Amino acid sequence: MSNDHEMRVSKIERGTVIDHITSGQALNVLAILGIDGTENDVVSVGMHVPSDRLGRKDVVKVEGRELSQSELDVLSVVAPAATINIIRSYEVRRKHRVERPAQVTDVLACPNPDCITTESEPVDSRFDVLEDGLRCTYCDTIIRDNIAGRIHV
Amino acid sequence: MDHDHITSARQLSRADIETVLDRARSIADDPSAFADRHPDALLGLLFFEPSTRTKMSFSAAIKRLGGDIVDMGPVDSSSVKKGESLADTVRVIEGYADALVLRHPSEGSAGMASEFVDVPLINGGDGAGQHPTQTLLDLYTINENAGLDDITVGLMGDLKYGRTVHSLAHALTNFDVRQEFISPDSLSLPRKVRYDLTDSGVEVGEHTALSAVLDRLDVLYVTRIQKERFPDESEYRAVAGEYQIDAGTLADAADDLTVMHPLPRVDEIAYDVDDTDHARYFQQAHNGVPVRMALLDVLLGGAR
Repeated sequence: MSNDHEMRVSKIERGTVIDHITSGQALNVLAILGIDGTENDVVSVGMHVPSDRLGRKDVVKVEGRELSQSELDVLSVVAPAATINIIRSYEVRRKHRVERPAQVTDVLACPNPDCITTESEPVDSRFDVLEDGLRCTYCDTIIRDNIAGRIHV
Repeated sequence: MDHDHITSARQLSRADIETVLDRARSIADDPSAFADRHPDALLGLLFFEPSTRTKMSFSAAIKRLGGDIVDMGPVDSSSVKKGESLADTVRVIEGYADALVLRHPSEGSAGMASEFVDVPLINGGDGAGQHPTQTLLDLYTINENAGLDDITVGLMGDLKYGRTVHSLAHALTNFDVRQEFISPDSLSLPRKVRYDLTDSGVEVGEHTALSAVLDRLDVLYVTRIQKERFPDESEYRAVAGEYQIDAGTLADAADDLTVMHPLPRVDEIAYDVDDTDHARYFQQAHNGVPVRMALLDVLLGGAR
């Protein structure tokens, strides 16, 4: 048990640890960050890990890369409670929460089949972030449920 | 008015609306004073869907300001047929014109197209989205007949897909107007409009029968329920019949009720209503010219 626990939380030398991800959303987090395994980043994923705060949570560790705040804020649409730890020399140098951005661009597909962004136009999908959902900047369609299912990156 | 493009009624403030309505009033009072206002202006018309009123009234408006049109013509005979994107089409045509009017079947098309051009772009209807210039002439008509404060407006018919309803409902939130929505459950307001109405804190009511609110209305805005929204003809007939009015229906209404319709009508307003004092839908359609003249004048750089 202790070995198992140790393996899950083992420290990385340098990089980014995304903690307190909504349980089950780690793969969507990786998709949004564009981490698909084709580059040589060392990536560890923990899913459904017991958590005092969330009951269960997911954790993602990306070694060798320090992700920027703006890169990470977009994660708030699928993991609003996520915390970001920037690690250098095995120490947490910076720790902060994801903040809700005003807009998210080119991450989610608009569910409205009649929306102009679903056609072959040279335009990225864009959503305004509301208190309780997202709204397509172009056709105004509001999505509240299954936001992760709309991820198209 | 501080907008480069007019793509949605959501962007219009009360001050924006009043600027256009005041200008339209001046134009209607003395059209000759505006006859040479924009002698060299060319208005590009890009209509990807059929249109009679919007297209003709924009044509009349620019011509009455001294300008002229360049018309893309029907989609079948344009480069769109060859697969050109909308973004490319508007970027080409902006080089031929000083302003553009776009009607397109996709929602959000005008907003997207406006990101690719520097000349003013006006949304002439984007699918089930918005139709802001119809809204401006609707507001002008309401203002002329009932005033725009402390009134109750009923919007009836296809509230789900009706872009004129979506735009008008948004714009009315700028005024002290109570809105009553009357439709079958299957064609009630979409979430995107409901969200903004709730957000703006205006008073709204929803009903499935006109009789529930008719006697309280100052304005009744009727829209067409389209056959293609229903799985079969018999269901359509059963539902649509509930939302048709005639002179008899209006016996219970206030004497000064204003009845409006964006037109074309099919059978939702019987011809016998035309002869009553309630009927304002032809006046409403005629108002399209001074109101679109006013909007063009503002966007093309008339005195602000």
